[in-house]
Amino acid sequence: MSTCPVTLETLPQIPEGREILTCLQCGVCAGTCPYGDVMEYPPRRMIAMMRAGMLEKVFTSDSLLACVACYACMAKCPRGIRLTEILLPLMKEQALAHLPELPGELQRALQNTLRYGNPMGEPSRKRAAWVKTAGVPIRIFAEDRKPADTLWFVECYTSYYPRGQDNSRATARLFHRLGIDYAILGNEEKCAGECGRLTWEPGLFETLMDYNMAVFQKYQFNRVVTSCPHAHNAFKNRYPVLGFNWALEHVTPFLARYLDRLKPLLTRKLPYKVTYHDSCCLGRQNEFYEAPRLLLKAIPGVKLVEMVHNRVNAICCGGGGGGMWLDTYFKAKGYGRLSERRVKEAVATGADVLAVSCPYEVSRFEDALKVLGCDKRMIVRDVTELLAEAMEE
Amino acid sequence: MHVLVLLKMVPDVVEDLEISSSGRALDLEYLRMILSESDDHALEQGLLLKERHGAKLTVLALDAPEVDDALFTAAAKGADRVMKVEGMDAPFTTRQAARLFSQVIADGHGILPADLILTGVQAIDDLDGLVAPLVADELRLPYLGIITGISVDASGRTARATKEYPAGVRGEFQIKLPAVLGIQAAEKPPRYVPVAKVRAAMKSMKIECAEAPPSAGDGWPEVNVLEMKRNEPAGHAEMLEGTPEQVSDRLCGILAGRGLF
Amino acid sequence: MTGNICVLAEQWRGQISEVTYETLALGREVADQLGVPLTAILTGSHCREIAGAMGIADSVVYVDHPLLAEVIPQTCAEALVQVMKDSPPRALLVPLTNISLGIGTLIGIRMGVPVVNFCNDIKVAGGDLKAHCVMYGGKIEATVEAGTASGPLPAVLGIWPGARPADKGRSTRAVPVTDATVVLGEAQAITLSKFIEPEAGDVDLTKQDVLVAVGRGIQDKANLGLAEDLAKALGGAVCGSRPVIDQGWLPLSRQVGKSGLTVKPKLYIALGISGAPEHIEGMKDSGMIVAVNTDERAPIFNVAHYGIVGDVLETLPALTEAVGARKAVGHHA
Repeated sequence: MSTCPVTLETLPQIPEGREILTCLQCGVCAGTCPYGDVMEYPPRRMIAMMRAGMLEKVFTSDSLLACVACYACMAKCPRGIRLTEILLPLMKEQALAHLPELPGELQRALQNTLRYGNPMGEPSRKRAAWVKTAGVPIRIFAEDRKPADTLWFVECYTSYYPRGQDNSRATARLFHRLGIDYAILGNEEKCAGECGRLTWEPGLFETLMDYNMAVFQKYQFNRVVTSCPHAHNAFKNRYPVLGFNWALEHVTPFLARYLDRLKPLLTRKLPYKVTYHDSCCLGRQNEFYEAPRLLLKAIPGVKLVEMVHNRVNAICCGGGGGGMWLDTYFKAKGYGRLSERRVKEAVATGADVLAVSCPYEVSRFEDALKVLGCDKRMIVRDVTELLAEAMEE
Repeated sequence: MHVLVLLKMVPDVVEDLEISSSGRALDLEYLRMILSESDDHALEQGLLLKERHGAKLTVLALDAPEVDDALFTAAAKGADRVMKVEGMDAPFTTRQAARLFSQVIADGHGILPADLILTGVQAIDDLDGLVAPLVADELRLPYLGIITGISVDASGRTARATKEYPAGVRGEFQIKLPAVLGIQAAEKPPRYVPVAKVRAAMKSMKIECAEAPPSAGDGWPEVNVLEMKRNEPAGHAEMLEGTPEQVSDRLCGILAGRGLF
Repeated sequence: MTGNICVLAEQWRGQISEVTYETLALGREVADQLGVPLTAILTGSHCREIAGAMGIADSVVYVDHPLLAEVIPQTCAEALVQVMKDSPPRALLVPLTNISLGIGTLIGIRMGVPVVNFCNDIKVAGGDLKAHCVMYGGKIEATVEAGTASGPLPAVLGIWPGARPADKGRSTRAVPVTDATVVLGEAQAITLSKFIEPEAGDVDLTKQDVLVAVGRGIQDKANLGLAEDLAKALGGAVCGSRPVIDQGWLPLSRQVGKSGLTVKPKLYIALGISGAPEHIEGMKDSGMIVAVNTDERAPIFNVAHYGIVGDVLETLPALTEAVGARKAVGHHA
């Protein structure tokens, strides 16, 4: 797809932009949208308004904030219109610009990301503090400038949040046992500024992109592996415009490539019934459906069960598109929480473990389990955490 | 109507603060500076007054690391004129800061007349005084602090200001303008301005610079810091053991000892 | 009052404020260590009778003037300067509160004397006063020279609320009250029009000194009453972590955390709250944090100052009873 930054004015000039006008008005997008019941202007109506020259009305409807950038509409569009990738971010940018006041939690997340390189407002100098607790040596480029084969871009939640750090420690142990030659950016790392979330603050995204590219260019490596599917998206779809041309993978498909070497290391039996939640960015957007399942099936004792909505049909956790920082806003408007909807499906499978591949999902699903009173019946684990658990020392 | 907002940069406490080798001051090398929180509210209140009354808004800051960011952000939010005082010795105390503001305001630069001078009620480093009352006294203007709302009457000569008291009580005051007000909170939280707008302001607006007047020995007593150290958090709670009655009693003793009753 | 330790007394709603008693307690200690008298200065209009409540002081100077009925910082500072200038005390302690903020600074500039803010303690060493200051949002402790005995005097010290227990500043001892007269200008640029009472209705969590926070450990909406009892006993309000609000047990306005409010009360009691980062974010800067949880490894214990491993439903009533008992004993008429 085109990686040139597009505006509403230049939209008709690119093929994907002209494609938008071929919309059939079939409404499958609205029907698939997990928040379709609250969207005043789902993609279908948006495009109709565009054709009618009445886009201003769309911008002043704040229901656009409920778009969690889950790619469901885009995956189902019979015309293949690049809804989530091109149209929706531009619409959201306008919707935000027209809001009288930005919701407080979202404003704080944006301001923190600009100032401290992470939405939580944690000190940039503590980003690599978790490294000391990893239990295995982790090389930081700033301290040891030798080239490495792999740059592991850890990202924010996986650096600062306790549950995210569990994931990072597991990943580090796996990399170590597999003999991967890697290094991390440590405190020099800042949020990748992922598309769906930050495209409607393009200035902020550009600032982060400029910064990260400058840091990348200081060191030598052959590939980038990241724990965060959102960062993966940013690097894949936006960063090439500034020269990002390294091989890129998310940790899950990366580990799947090493399955032959990994499988013999998974010696501890984990007698869990596991159901896997396809994250929107890894799943629908990049079609990485089988890699995580292969990894899970390689763990002795694990029995895999599928939720009703799986693979391309998976229901978003609600964290994308800024949803991570709009919970209060949605609640005040009476929107149901997507993570609760999804967790109910997970619990219905009778599984013990809800396996995920995106750092946002861990806190969202653990929260939902608590609220639904199911937190004793089911736990949430990232695929890397399960793999590390199955690896005996 | 003309509103002047005074801004001060303070150490950003999100990053760890380090003590310098003298043991008596902060290590400036590791410091990041951020706009004082209540000054940000003063700016927002100034912007609200501009929107409501068509007032002209001038923002004046003292030179410090990252102050340009704060000033361009103010410009992007709608300030008509952004200025900074430079050329003074850093670090400076609050009394020195207030003196610098007052001198530059009084010295010309087309800042006066101003109907309202707004600044934050208190900053985290205001060890030897507060900016608002000091500037008010230097300029011989009335002063009121802990303000959470301002409206100006049609004549532009009187303002009604809301001041916060204990337990959620508020007081409404009539103030003859011009006056200096110490802002506790703006009527709305400080607005967000997209990064792109700030970058645009960097290209389209200029920060005017005023040279700091020479710091004459004003005969003020110096602030003598004998020692500075970090307040280290404990890392884990002190656990109280025993029956519910025993721990409750012990806890009450602790609360009483801390004056929390 | 030459050489005395003075405390600026504040009144609120016809009573000497709690913070004044705290400051008097500190002043009493310093005066005793220096071997000098403690004098309270009270300004107001027709309120001489409350001056006698400050028995912990050796004397009270009462300044009466119609323009001192409500505290306007510049007017109050002018009065104090007139009262002190001919016989300056060694130090003047001014509470750092909504009522008195700014007065200390103005006295400092008008008398050309040192001002030291953010004090929560004063040490006396060889006739010198050393202020112990908590700055930068609580992250830094500084020891600052509070002027020297040779002047200029008085040293003005801004005292944080909570520096000493208020009870230590209370005494029923009879205290001599003298009157001081001041001359204040007629033309007033600032006048109080009226007070606006808070709306009966919901509570502003960010203004509370004490918060009793409930999490899932409260188990049932029906048990909220227990938390309300404790909040009432401590003079605070009830708030909750997100799961409690999500279940509709408390309204959105009572939510503390990343998706709710950020609070910094003097006392935060976390009951049955595990301590997820989203919640911690909203309360970690509270003055004192006490946590009760059945899980000894709950993350909340990493930010709490005091922890109790136990069942909230058992600990809560015991705590409320203990608080009630202590208050009944300790409070003076």
